[in-house]
Amino acid sequence: MDAYAFLIAATLNAGTVLALAAIGLLINEKAGIVNLGAEGMMLCAAIAGFAAVVHTGNDWLGFAAGIAVGAGLAAIFGVLVIWLNTNQYATGLALSLFGAGFSAFAGIKYVQEKLPERPHFEIPFLADIPFFGPALFKQHPMVYFAIALVVALVWFLDRSRSGLVMRSIGESPSSAHALGYPVRRIRLLAVVAGGALCGLAGAYISVIYTPLWVEGMVAGKGWIALALTTFGTWRPLRVLLGAYLFGGVTMLQFHLQGTGVDIPSQFLTMLPYIATVVVLALISRNPAWIRVNMPASLGKPFYPGS
Amino acid sequence: MLRLEQRPQPSRAWSVASPLLALLLTMVIGVILFAALGKDPVRGLQVFLWEPVSSPGRIGELLVKVTPLLIIALGLAVCFRSNVWNIGAEGQYVIGALLAGGVALLAAKDTTRWIVVPIVFAGIAGGMLWAGVTAFLRDRFNANEILVSLMLVYVAEQLLNYMVFGPWKDPQGYNFPQSKTFEAVTEIPRLMAGSRVSVGIVIALVAAAALWVFLFRTRAGFAQQVGGLAPNAARYAGFSSRRALWTALLVSGGAAGLAGALQVAGPIGQLTPYVPEGYGFAAIIVAFVGRLHPVGTVFSALLMSMFYIGGELAQSRLGLPKSLTGVFQGLLLFTLLACDTLIAYRIRWTRTHS
Repeated sequence: MDAYAFLIAATLNAGTVLALAAIGLLINEKAGIVNLGAEGMMLCAAIAGFAAVVHTGNDWLGFAAGIAVGAGLAAIFGVLVIWLNTNQYATGLALSLFGAGFSAFAGIKYVQEKLPERPHFEIPFLADIPFFGPALFKQHPMVYFAIALVVALVWFLDRSRSGLVMRSIGESPSSAHALGYPVRRIRLLAVVAGGALCGLAGAYISVIYTPLWVEGMVAGKGWIALALTTFGTWRPLRVLLGAYLFGGVTMLQFHLQGTGVDIPSQFLTMLPYIATVVVLALISRNPAWIRVNMPASLGKPFYPGS
Repeated sequence: MLRLEQRPQPSRAWSVASPLLALLLTMVIGVILFAALGKDPVRGLQVFLWEPVSSPGRIGELLVKVTPLLIIALGLAVCFRSNVWNIGAEGQYVIGALLAGGVALLAAKDTTRWIVVPIVFAGIAGGMLWAGVTAFLRDRFNANEILVSLMLVYVAEQLLNYMVFGPWKDPQGYNFPQSKTFEAVTEIPRLMAGSRVSVGIVIALVAAAALWVFLFRTRAGFAQQVGGLAPNAARYAGFSSRRALWTALLVSGGAAGLAGALQVAGPIGQLTPYVPEGYGFAAIIVAFVGRLHPVGTVFSALLMSMFYIGGELAQSRLGLPKSLTGVFQGLLLFTLLACDTLIAYRIRWTRTHS
């Protein structure tokens, strides 16, 4: 019983990392931009967040540093892609490769550092409920924040006027431009917001999830987050569920290792990546599912007046 | 304010000048970086741009690194020209190295020198197999090849780890996760005695020439690229996009696998968890910086391996981390993409009308 409660709690925690990044990427994809730089932004944010916590001792400043770095890198990416019309895929890749190198470089003197014991959080009363308490209500506030964010995003995209404008820019930037909306500025805003959330996810990894710095510690979570937007067919709630599902797969891996199942650990480590491939193939198989919510001009450049 | 204005025709001058300007900008940013780290910037540039070519021995080391980078990048150039985004070359390289290593482990002291041939082919087959998984999932299930090929990199690395921690671990290896050292007969022949450069560099240059002929002188090469440039035109002309997809992935996978074989049966000489060295990712930059053109790719592979050697030297000479290599490589691709804007657009100063 306690083991299951622990597994659920760990799943929520692992899923939160993916959810934060995937929701960020969803925002920028809804505006029509694909950012393959997620992994690089998350790595740079992870080291920035970690360094900030080492020097200040304050987790929230760590998150702020992660957000700032993610947003800053996304802004560079955005200007290149939106104003200079560089290829989105190539530019995103450049960002990921640069981020991997730069974070390793910037983090070299933090490799031996460890953060002190992280503060313990729990929601009063609710945390005392048997099973559900330890499973659901003893989490870092960021876990609940991610859920709140998804709810807010659902409202924003489906119910608000600005959400409608943003979606229209992802569907048909030229019509939105003709109607007088500043397409490029809105796209940049969406890209920066996406970068900020990827940055938050990166900082969450190095400050809370595994409070240390190791080169390449994001370990493909940025790419899995990218896959999650397709997996969730561009609907925030489904993206959130997908994130928990993958969080569960990641945790299952450790759980199986802990119970001493006779499978070599390398095969267990492969699980989340193989799961991503399998799920991606299954979802993509039906073009209708994909097309319904996919922004029509996703990945296509837009130049006003052309 | 600054405004971009589309040129009536792409500027040929800028398509030559843009890589040079990008390199210049990368160097300027590098100087700022060195200065920010409190290192002498002139010394820093010297380590990256001059020392790697300052002696015949160094140039040999440069060519050792050029070989895998160039071979992988040529394959990726075919892929990217066909608008197939294979970014999992690193995984294909690892599986190539793994299969080639498996064959190399079969060799005994009295095995013939010809064992090198099956080693190389095992590498190519391994790379093709791994890229084939991506091609199959894309073809049959319409799965995004960027994500699939990349996820398979992590899977490939774990497979390698499994083999060197498990079945292929050297019993006499003091419990290190590594295979036994390959027999001397398995070594890819060297070009000259006393240098680590293998015949791989010749294969790479021949491949560059062959690719040029394929892309620009054959109908198949033309058909391969049309789908990437104009999918509708390709369909109208009856060029099969499925065929282009499979060709692109098998060619690039085979190239990456070949590079893996040449590396593992060459400079490395055994299987270890450190076989993946990031060449598969760096080759993406090589391909782009070389403008997906065989000749350009040769030059950019040289430049990129200078950064590799520079990174290693920066570690020993300046006490800077080796990862500086990745920083410079990433910066170069960034600045190149930005500078390429000048090929299609010109910058104009205009007054804002309110």
